[in-house]
Amino acid sequence: MPELTTTREAGEAPVAETRRLKYGEAVNAALARVLAEVPQTLLYGEDVGKPGGVFGVTRGLRRKFGDRVFDTPISEAAILGSAVGAALMGARPIVEIMWADFSLVALDQLVNQAANARYVSRGAAPAPIVVRTQQGNAPGACAQHSQSLEALFLHVPGLRLVMPRTAQDAHDAVVSAVHADDPVVIVENRTLYFGDKTEVELGGAARPMGWSHLRRPGRDVTVVSWGAVTGQALAAAESLAAGGVEAEVLELTWLNPLDMDAVLASVARTRRLAVVHEANVTGGFGGEIVARVAEAGIALDAAPVRIGAPDVRIPAAPVLARSLLPDAGGIAARLSEMVR
Amino acid sequence: MDGTHAGTDAGTHAEASGGARDGTGRRLADLHAMWRIRALEEKIRELRVADGGNGDVVGSVHLCIGQEAGPVGACSELEPGDALFATYRGHGWALARGVPAESMIAELAGRESGVNGGRGGSAYFTAPEHGFHGENSIVGAGLPIAVGAALAGRFDGSGRVAMTVCGDGALNQGASHEALNMAAAFRLPVVFVCENNYWSELTPIDEMVGEPELWRRAAGYGMAGERVDGNDPAAVRAAVRAAVQRARSGEGPTLLELMTQRLVGHYIGDVEQYRRPGELDRAREEEPIARLGRSLAAEGVPAADIEDARTRAQAEIERAAEAALAAPPADPRTAKDHVYA
Ligand SMILES: Cc1ncc(C[n+]2csc(CCOP(=O)(O)OP(=O)(O)O)c2C)c(N)n1
Repeated sequence: MPELTTTREAGEAPVAETRRLKYGEAVNAALARVLAEVPQTLLYGEDVGKPGGVFGVTRGLRRKFGDRVFDTPISEAAILGSAVGAALMGARPIVEIMWADFSLVALDQLVNQAANARYVSRGAAPAPIVVRTQQGNAPGACAQHSQSLEALFLHVPGLRLVMPRTAQDAHDAVVSAVHADDPVVIVENRTLYFGDKTEVELGGAARPMGWSHLRRPGRDVTVVSWGAVTGQALAAAESLAAGGVEAEVLELTWLNPLDMDAVLASVARTRRLAVVHEANVTGGFGGEIVARVAEAGIALDAAPVRIGAPDVRIPAAPVLARSLLPDAGGIAARLSEMVR
Repeated sequence: MDGTHAGTDAGTHAEASGGARDGTGRRLADLHAMWRIRALEEKIRELRVADGGNGDVVGSVHLCIGQEAGPVGACSELEPGDALFATYRGHGWALARGVPAESMIAELAGRESGVNGGRGGSAYFTAPEHGFHGENSIVGAGLPIAVGAALAGRFDGSGRVAMTVCGDGALNQGASHEALNMAAAFRLPVVFVCENNYWSELTPIDEMVGEPELWRRAAGYGMAGERVDGNDPAAVRAAVRAAVQRARSGEGPTLLELMTQRLVGHYIGDVEQYRRPGELDRAREEEPIARLGRSLAAEGVPAADIEDARTRAQAEIERAAEAALAAPPADPRTAKDHVYA
């Protein structure tokens, strides 16, 4: 495949700079950086160009980078398919699917096309596209705007997937994804766009994919989580600490590649495992984590649990949706049952 | 307005829509029907922005203010057994189809008495008991479903016509193209209504298509097509009548492009930076309610009658909202019901 060129000289270290940014602003900064550094990048999607994105994430980029940033028709199959085609020709397209739910109208281009390209060509013609999307429930969102679909993508060999929760990870995920030679799906979270500003280190070398974070050490139970709901898991752990239960919270930023070593090391220490995700439980990626821990043969002091939404469609009314989605109180209750 | 049409099934509706002129009674009724939609939408907007956005109605709401003539003109041509499929901008279509305002407001406000008990919300409610087979918040998804409703009618002897409404942007979905072709190939009784309000969310349609006259696509599929003044309920009615007749008589589908404007943002809270200078002023001149009111006044219809169309509608919606909000919230104990039979 064509070499990825950058505007930096070989071996020249990128300039690091720290700024206080919101989650979406951190994505914006990362996109600006890769557009500047990697001449092969293109950035497009519905309302991405002139309007700067429905969540403002791509604001200002068209003004700065001109025609390489543009709007498309409401045509997800053409967005993803054209990204595959452009990537086959050596471009590095970064495309936005406005909501993960909308990727479903164009799954062929991800599953049958992008994910197959490298394999069938024995590496000669990979399709290194970056697909940015966002998911999750926000109050009042309807059922077609509330799904958590990561397990669907994760069932497809050949696709990489990252679910950044912090502004720093959101920034780093974009940079790593653009420099990766695989198709990468970045699943952001809508509720996080509206969070506070935090310190983000910009610049810095592209990190290899697959990192995780031990967000909170603890000896009694390992809580593995990803995405926005990790905030609820952390809150649950805090609340349990008052009663002397120490939960260890491991956040998986990437789900493919998966930092299974970190999971196994933690579970070997705590001998208990709970997986928390916003997606519904059946067929969810939580089952995969549990299965891998079981296969590793680690002796556990309690049966592992999966905490997620029940197997229901997500209702629009916040009072109904709230009753279904994992929250700190519910997570804490399940964890304390496990360590009793 | 361009009253021409293309396709294999040239009918007589060009004259009908070009010279559409309903009687005064009908026109006053249209005015009232459009005011009902306007009043409902304004009430919904009020509820959505109340309490700093944390009131009874939360989340994404897409209003059809300015687009009331389409649903009013079209729904009057549908029979009870016909099937209507709308988009997320479907409040007006639901109301015109006969869904009670109270159950719609209750739905938006997450009440048990809502048309879907709080499950659907603003963008996805459905009321099959009224021949309203759902809004849809996946752009373009309604078109193939309408094809299926028409297809079923071929076997169940109902003589049903299926109508589906979408935006201009939605015609760029793969599903839309497939549905248009399949309906034409099978000569199915489908009326495809495209509300061309120029904007697809924040992006203008003419930058996203090679041929901005969307009705012309009909010819490529081999179906009748027409561009209609979508701010005139009489013109819409005439075009829909011809399309429905064509459908019922086995002559196949029609694509109608209703030219209209939304006077508000894509969603509540949209800052509308994309609007071109003067666009909204012009749109307000041409919007269907003011326009019909002016034309009735010019014909000598008493101001009191024109005013009455508005006040009756507003009073009805006020009552509906009061009743809707007095109802209890949806019950979380039922949140897991209805996934499986
Ligand atoms: C498959 C899909 N892609 C994208 C969206 C996001 N979206 C919602 S409304 C909209 C614009 C639709 O424009 P148009 O069809 O012209 O209808 P209008 O809003 O003007 O009524 C977009 C892109 C969606 N809901 N579904």
